[in-house]
Amino acid sequence: MNALARHRRLTAIWSSRPGWKGWFSTVNHSDVGLMFLATAFFYFLVGGILAMLIRAQLATPHSAFAGPEIYSQFFTMHGTIMMFLFAIPVIEGLAIYLLPKMLGTRDLAYPRLTAYGYWCYFFGGGMLIISLLFGIAPDGGWFMYPPLTGKIHSPGINTDFWLIGITFVEISAICAAVEFTVSVLKYRAPGMSLDRMPIFAWYILVTALMILCGFPPLILGSILLELERAFGMPFFQVGLGGDSLLWQHLFWLFGHPEVYIIFLPAAGAISTILPVMASTTLLGYRWVVAAAVALAILSFGLWVHHMFTTGIPHMGLAFFSAASTLVAIPTAVQVFAWIGTLWKGSPRLRLPMLHILGFFFTFVIGGLTGVMVAVVPFDWQVHDTAFVTAHLHYVLFGGFVFPILAAVYYWLPLVTGRKRYFRLGEVAFALIFLGFQITFLPMHWVGLMGQRRRISTYGAEDGWTAINLISSVGGFVLAFGLAMVLLEVMLNVIVRHRSERNPWLAGTLEWATLMPAPAYNFASLPHVDSRDPLWDDPDLPVRLARGEGYLGDPVGDRRETIVVDVATGAPEQHVIYPANTFLPIVMAATTGGFFLSVLVKLYWVAPVAVLGVAVLACIWVWRLGSREDPGDQSIGRGIQVPNITAVDRPPGWWGSAFLLVANAIFFGSLLFGYAFLWTVAPDWPPPAFVAPSIFVLTAAPVGAVIAIVACALAVRNNRAGKQPVVGLLLALGGTLGVAAAFGVFLIHAPSPTAHAYGATLWVFGVYVVLHALLAALMLVFLLCRHRAGYISAVRRAELAIAPIWIGYLGVVTLLVTVAAYLPGLVT
Amino acid sequence: MLIAAVAIFVLVMVLLAAGWRAAAGSTAPTAMAAKGSERIWILGLGLAFPSTVLLALLSYGLWIGERLLPREGADVTRVEARASQLSWTFSYRDAPGRATENVLHIPAGRPVDVAITSADVIHSFWVPRLAGKLDAIPGHVNVLRLEADRPGTYAGLSAEFSGPGYDNLTFTVVAHPPEAWQGFLEDSR
Repeated sequence: MNALARHRRLTAIWSSRPGWKGWFSTVNHSDVGLMFLATAFFYFLVGGILAMLIRAQLATPHSAFAGPEIYSQFFTMHGTIMMFLFAIPVIEGLAIYLLPKMLGTRDLAYPRLTAYGYWCYFFGGGMLIISLLFGIAPDGGWFMYPPLTGKIHSPGINTDFWLIGITFVEISAICAAVEFTVSVLKYRAPGMSLDRMPIFAWYILVTALMILCGFPPLILGSILLELERAFGMPFFQVGLGGDSLLWQHLFWLFGHPEVYIIFLPAAGAISTILPVMASTTLLGYRWVVAAAVALAILSFGLWVHHMFTTGIPHMGLAFFSAASTLVAIPTAVQVFAWIGTLWKGSPRLRLPMLHILGFFFTFVIGGLTGVMVAVVPFDWQVHDTAFVTAHLHYVLFGGFVFPILAAVYYWLPLVTGRKRYFRLGEVAFALIFLGFQITFLPMHWVGLMGQRRRISTYGAEDGWTAINLISSVGGFVLAFGLAMVLLEVMLNVIVRHRSERNPWLAGTLEWATLMPAPAYNFASLPHVDSRDPLWDDPDLPVRLARGEGYLGDPVGDRRETIVVDVATGAPEQHVIYPANTFLPIVMAATTGGFFLSVLVKLYWVAPVAVLGVAVLACIWVWRLGSREDPGDQSIGRGIQVPNITAVDRPPGWWGSAFLLVANAIFFGSLLFGYAFLWTVAPDWPPPAFVAPSIFVLTAAPVGAVIAIVACALAVRNNRAGKQPVVGLLLALGGTLGVAAAFGVFLIHAPSPTAHAYGATLWVFGVYVVLHALLAALMLVFLLCRHRAGYISAVRRAELAIAPIWIGYLGVVTLLVTVAAYLPGLVT
Repeated sequence: MLIAAVAIFVLVMVLLAAGWRAAAGSTAPTAMAAKGSERIWILGLGLAFPSTVLLALLSYGLWIGERLLPREGADVTRVEARASQLSWTFSYRDAPGRATENVLHIPAGRPVDVAITSADVIHSFWVPRLAGKLDAIPGHVNVLRLEADRPGTYAGLSAEFSGPGYDNLTFTVVAHPPEAWQGFLEDSR
């Protein structure tokens, strides 16, 4: 097969369907990544228009442009859209598009999940846009502090749009995070050991792990607040055992890592682009990786610095103040590693480099004002003033938007295969850079002069008029620059002006694909021996196109790739991906049905939607696997590996393990909330404790132990060639026992609306019941699969996933039982 | 703090600009040189430099913070501030039963502890010229130490978005000389 025939064959296998159907059924990472990016930039436009409206309002004193009610929606939605619907999805889109290409493989770990995540984002974001169009958008600030956002002070549907829409969108972030983690760890080109990985992949790995740990507290907070609003469970309501401070803790436990979740991928883009612009390698690769990891860990010890003014004891403040200043160190390591890289190489002042210089200028100022704000007495003065608005825009625009613009211009030729023709980019950069500084530099001053955040207007006698007018003018200059970028990108897609291959002379694998990148990425997968394979072997693209790498000969219409060992990158397993399907969009729409029914308070629809999701999930998994034992697969270059159906730890096992990490953080946040309310909130301990029930105390632990042991037995028997059915049935009985025990627990627990104690116990109970039912569903599914002949001693991978979920069920059963009954027994 | 920040900013920009000059004159870097520059850039500038600056800044901040803490003393007056979405209500330990709306009376030249709480949503008590801000949270009481050196009138603000009416949620602090303060207290009897 020659290179052209191979290209045609692989394109037929990997492309989306022709016509409009392709958009809704594609699971290819290049398509979905670009869909993510296009949608995210649409939201950037919406958020930008809102910012313009804010600046129009503040340009003059006593502005009559918008009333306070509408203005509250402006700034709430500006923050919400920029954070949740622009920044995070841009990162997801960029990583979805680039990761497989940089890692030298053909797709991400779970192609259908990629598409599902996109559609969740699409529908969830759509809910928020609709609220904006109808003027019923959230208006309590993007941080949604109760009691202002509670039912008493915000009776409208506005707040519900935020809580439900954002939670829906966050599903896509969690999906993407699981996918990135597994893809970076397992889906790489053979030979690419961890220390040969492109630096961008390291950053995305760290970011993905941060999302898995950072988003669950917010998801929990949103669920609790919605439960309070919808059913009167008083988690945040003082007088009934709730405490509004709990929300602040959960929110900032997410909110601060969020800043680094946004910054780290941007830093990854800089670490990739800057060395190429200087024709050299990154200085201190290992140090930069260590700095990214350190930043990720430190960022979880910082959340309280958003709460310096809430009356936390000074010793506590000292600790968090120290941690807040400490993050400057890994940031400094990266900044100086980048500058050192420039010294080491010979920098070229191309357009991406201009944006990186814009980043340096802006971000260093933002970092320095950040250190100032970390000093507690200073923060007591500037907290909630325009100074903080200026600081955060220097950090986020400097640390995120400039690097992303650099990334857009850097990777645009890869996407379109064209080069820039009209030199709009340089002018656009000048406008953006100057516009930004004019907008936000004066804001520091007006903040120090006492202008508060989020006021809808001010008086002429305050003396802020001139500064605000300057800011507003700067804002419009900035907007004009960004509009020119948009124009240039569109022209780039339209104008036929072909780019040469590898236009920046980079060393990473994404430039070894054809340009524009084809659906299958690589005609054959490379073997990697260094961090910059393209510099070692400039002929690599041609050799790959000729099929000299792995998996060079397509078999039937199979979408194939290779799974490697985590550390060394040695080929381990052979993967056949699922092809295009409507399942993701249908599943996302059904998930949306659940969220929509909760939003409009049609509660009887919600369980139907959940059932629908469960059925679709079963169909989803049923389509994988085969009824015959696959032999070892030849992947080329004389190597044979087993198929993923015939191993102990298939990719699904890894995905489940990381999903359970996020789940455990969610559960841990719930335990934290319980302990926090107990120790800090007024009106505790509760008036009455739940009475210990003999049935719950026996059925729950016995059921959990039976489920764990029987499931392990089923796996062992199957591998030995015996029947797993008895073990699976016993395990099913065990999980149903746990479900029944906590069903009874829920019936006997104190009223969830009378006190936060009862409300928390209710959430605990429902959490265990749901997990027990989920484990039971998995076991029933496995029994059906076994009956249908999909499981054998060789095809044992299907049995790998249920045991870890059942083990997790055992742990939460134990913890919930202790948390529910121990306080009552002790006191 | 501002001077140090400007100095650091200038340093970084100069290093960045020098990147072009340095590169223009340099020859191909050897492995040894790369190792050496890694030490200077990362260990020196990346680790040691910010650590020193931050340690100094942090100790300074904690020292100031400690000084600002409310401590017991014989001459401390205590007042209570209760925020709501409509107004601030102030009451006085030394004048039981007396309450004022949107005006807080304090003695000048003496430390005053303001016990801050809220009747509805979260607010923040801020008198820029007298002290930093502290939140008013329902169910919690936070104590802020104020001291007005001179008698006079000071502007006070709510500094946490509290929904409709936030723009106009302000109050005034009146610091009285000793005799006038006594007079204010006795007025209420």
